[in-house]
Amino acid sequence: MNAIDALALLPLVLLAKTAVLVMLGIAVKRSHKLTLGLTLTGLAASFLSIFAVARLVPRQVTLLLLIDRYALFYLGLIIASAAAVAVLSSQYFGKHDGQCEELYLLLVLATLGCGVLVTSVHFASFLLGLEILSVSLYGMVAYFKGRGQGLEAGIKYLILASASAAFLLFGLALIYADTGSMAFSSVANLSVGKANLALLLPGIALTVTGIGFKLGVVPFHLWTPDVYQGAPAPVSAFIATTSKTAVVALLLRYLEAGTQQSKAVFLLFAVIAVASMCAGNLLALRQNNVKRVLAYSSIAHFGYILVGFLAASTMATGAVAFYLVAYTVTLLTAFGIVSVLSTSEADAADLEDYRGLFWRRPVLASVFAAALLSLAGIPATIGFVGKFYILASGANAAVWPLILVLVLTSVIGLFYYLRIVVTLFSTLPEPQSSTQKLEWGSAFVLGGLALLLIWLGVYPAPLLNLIRATISGLN
Amino acid sequence: MILILLIGILLLGGILAAISGRWSSNLPRWISLAAIAVDLVLSGRIWAARSLSASNAWYHEVDWNWVPNFGIHFHLAVDGLSFLMLILTFFLGIVAVLCSWTEIRDKIGFFHFNLMWVLAGIVSVFLAMDLFLFYFAWELMLVPMYFLIVIWGHERRVYAGTKFFLFTQCSGLLMLIAILALYFLHHQATGVYTFEYSELLGTTLSRGAELAIMLGFFVAFAVKLPVVPLHTWLPDAHTEAPTAGSVILAGLLLKTGGYGLLRFVIPLFPHAAHEFTAVALALAVIGIIYGAVMAYSQTDLKRLVAYTSVSHLGFVLLGIFSWNPLALQGAIMTMICHGLSTGALFVLVGGLQERMHTRDLDRMGGLWTVMPRLSASALFFCLASLGLPGLGDFVGEFLVLLGSYKVSVALTLFATFGILASTFYALRMMQRAFFGPNTNSWRLPDVTPREGLIITAMVLGLLWLGFHPQPVLNTFAPAMHNLQHEVQMRAAAPGSQP
Repeated sequence: MNAIDALALLPLVLLAKTAVLVMLGIAVKRSHKLTLGLTLTGLAASFLSIFAVARLVPRQVTLLLLIDRYALFYLGLIIASAAAVAVLSSQYFGKHDGQCEELYLLLVLATLGCGVLVTSVHFASFLLGLEILSVSLYGMVAYFKGRGQGLEAGIKYLILASASAAFLLFGLALIYADTGSMAFSSVANLSVGKANLALLLPGIALTVTGIGFKLGVVPFHLWTPDVYQGAPAPVSAFIATTSKTAVVALLLRYLEAGTQQSKAVFLLFAVIAVASMCAGNLLALRQNNVKRVLAYSSIAHFGYILVGFLAASTMATGAVAFYLVAYTVTLLTAFGIVSVLSTSEADAADLEDYRGLFWRRPVLASVFAAALLSLAGIPATIGFVGKFYILASGANAAVWPLILVLVLTSVIGLFYYLRIVVTLFSTLPEPQSSTQKLEWGSAFVLGGLALLLIWLGVYPAPLLNLIRATISGLN
Repeated sequence: MILILLIGILLLGGILAAISGRWSSNLPRWISLAAIAVDLVLSGRIWAARSLSASNAWYHEVDWNWVPNFGIHFHLAVDGLSFLMLILTFFLGIVAVLCSWTEIRDKIGFFHFNLMWVLAGIVSVFLAMDLFLFYFAWELMLVPMYFLIVIWGHERRVYAGTKFFLFTQCSGLLMLIAILALYFLHHQATGVYTFEYSELLGTTLSRGAELAIMLGFFVAFAVKLPVVPLHTWLPDAHTEAPTAGSVILAGLLLKTGGYGLLRFVIPLFPHAAHEFTAVALALAVIGIIYGAVMAYSQTDLKRLVAYTSVSHLGFVLLGIFSWNPLALQGAIMTMICHGLSTGALFVLVGGLQERMHTRDLDRMGGLWTVMPRLSASALFFCLASLGLPGLGDFVGEFLVLLGSYKVSVALTLFATFGILASTFYALRMMQRAFFGPNTNSWRLPDVTPREGLIITAMVLGLLWLGFHPQPVLNTFAPAMHNLQHEVQMRAAAPGSQP
């Protein structure tokens, strides 16, 4: 490892330093504003360093990490979404009396874990990244010790995540026993025929269990609604977007080759994708809790993303990247609205909290409606372009059954999004005065997200160009 | 540029209307009227500036790069067919604003915002020459329409609005898959990624692929048109929508289905459409008769009018799939005249509901003595709807039947029974609502000047179309010639069939 290698790691190093600084900062002076400032400065520095590093890539730093344009693209997405979550948290946690500074510490650590995941090309770094992420998330989910639901969610997440990590570890061991290598490239041995499939395939299946758990795809989805519901809204946003983005980026690196070369792996993911699309959309139909609806909807959305993953082409990789951006922007917007409307006692999760919101808070409600329509994939929103891209890559690869399932289930999905939209616009029985003020930080973030949501939905060319440039570096 | 202005003015007008709704209840109405009027003037300019060369059926065109990575263009163009549809759109747009002048008292700014945006979506659908843009506009016009239904509709508005949205969205996504399949097959054949209508026209497809893709398009347009059995959203949506919504649904949204069939399905897939003709014609005749029978058995006045749409639009499908000049002219005429006559009926029913707070035929009766002028105009539009010679609808349906006679005598015969049935439902409606004793002792105000203006304009339009339809037919002729030429060329092209 030489100086240039070290420089290439700059974004990750800066994230790690931010974590240390935030911790020291809290030790010296407990101040919400100061902690938030430190966090945002660190995230911004790390984000900017991506541009500096972009000229050095691709560069393999030790056996563990590969910094290339692909990794940098996802790093950028992760850090940006983490920063958005930090700002949203400041309003959300500012309402509470308890100490909230440690949340930012955990947030930065979790972001670091995500960063390690998207750059890793080796089982060791994979596991390290995943554990840094998971352990920080336990704390974030159960951050409110006083709220029963939060504790329940935290413990549920702790137990299930540890179990899935065990599965993952066992799977990685099997693959290692078979191929004698801990690099991701060992999976490519599937095609050559020199590997012992009796060990390799179960190994892959077990690692898929671990990855599937983090993505919350069926049949590993059971934790999703409870954790989304129980966790503080900005933390739910982080779990739904940042952590899942990192895992998808890792999945593409790890198994893209596998789906092309092995029918069994393809079939495994096809079943997971179909089951996620169906279950996610169907189970959301009868929910009255907005956070649970968003949880089920995210299950379905990762089904859609897996369709792009299965299409396995340069176009599909681009489609997945675009979809992840679209999904991140949209879901952050939706959860942002939820956290802005939440009170210090409880999150604004019940559908009734949103009745007639448009006539009380027209701007917030319009933004929320735009986010829901984006999730439903209606044109002029970024979600539409994402869905279009996924469908196009699927049509290109001629995976017609998957596309058909995608279309039919997304019509089912439309139903529950419309239900929320109707509630937003329905008339109030009695006029209520709303007390939740929109702080300028949240307003800035939500405004920016809403702008992206519409702008990239109407004119996606800049993002498409960026993604094209990113993928051209991936081989 | 002028085409972009047409859309832009509507979008901007909508935003201004929404903002101005905060201060005044009349300002959004005047802004909307002004925006549509400006568009009408602009389309007059397009008409005046059109080139009259025979080789070019396009009056005006705009072509911008939009998403070059996918070969998507922002391509708008107008020919005779689109032009007629534009005029109809603006005319009915003005009617929609006027007829909701007193009906909508709540959230006026947002109402007009949705109204303007749905019109903008419809205009874009009629102008789009890039399939991606077409799909974009196709889906986009749903959202404001949905809001119109679920916010200002009647009792079961949420059910009706959601059903409408789900039906159209599901069929729309099937069309999107078909568009994508066409896009990739075109790329395989030529190496070019494009959504451009004129280039995709020349795509060579295998028989199975052509049929499958054609069906994807057909389903989307059949839901909108509507074709039985995909029509079930229509009676609900029309009945529950506010008057302006019903006028736009019946007058314009249904026409986008007919327009799509004419512009896309048959020219893009002539062989498949040819194979499919028998099925489509049979569906058309079933729709004509089914719609008429259902209309006859309704007691809800608005639902009755909604079912007549199913019947009338059956003639459009019949005309389009007969695909000869007479039948096509008939289909276009029917589309335009149906927009006027049914639109007017919805305005009248809306007026009745506003006065009586009911749409139930059983609670009406004897209204002629109370409101002679409103009743007389209802009679006029009922007669137009049942196809009285001298009024527009007659010309359209007559031409369709003449054209379809050449294709299938038996089906034409059945379709003619549909006209007969329309006499029954129209006269039953008149009899139950307006004649007989005034058993409920209604005391109601007659036609207001504003309603009088709408009714007069529509009466004159129908009379003009009935007595002198030639200018309309002439406008459409070059565009129709182009479409037919395209289809003939493709049908004759060697190697396109396996």
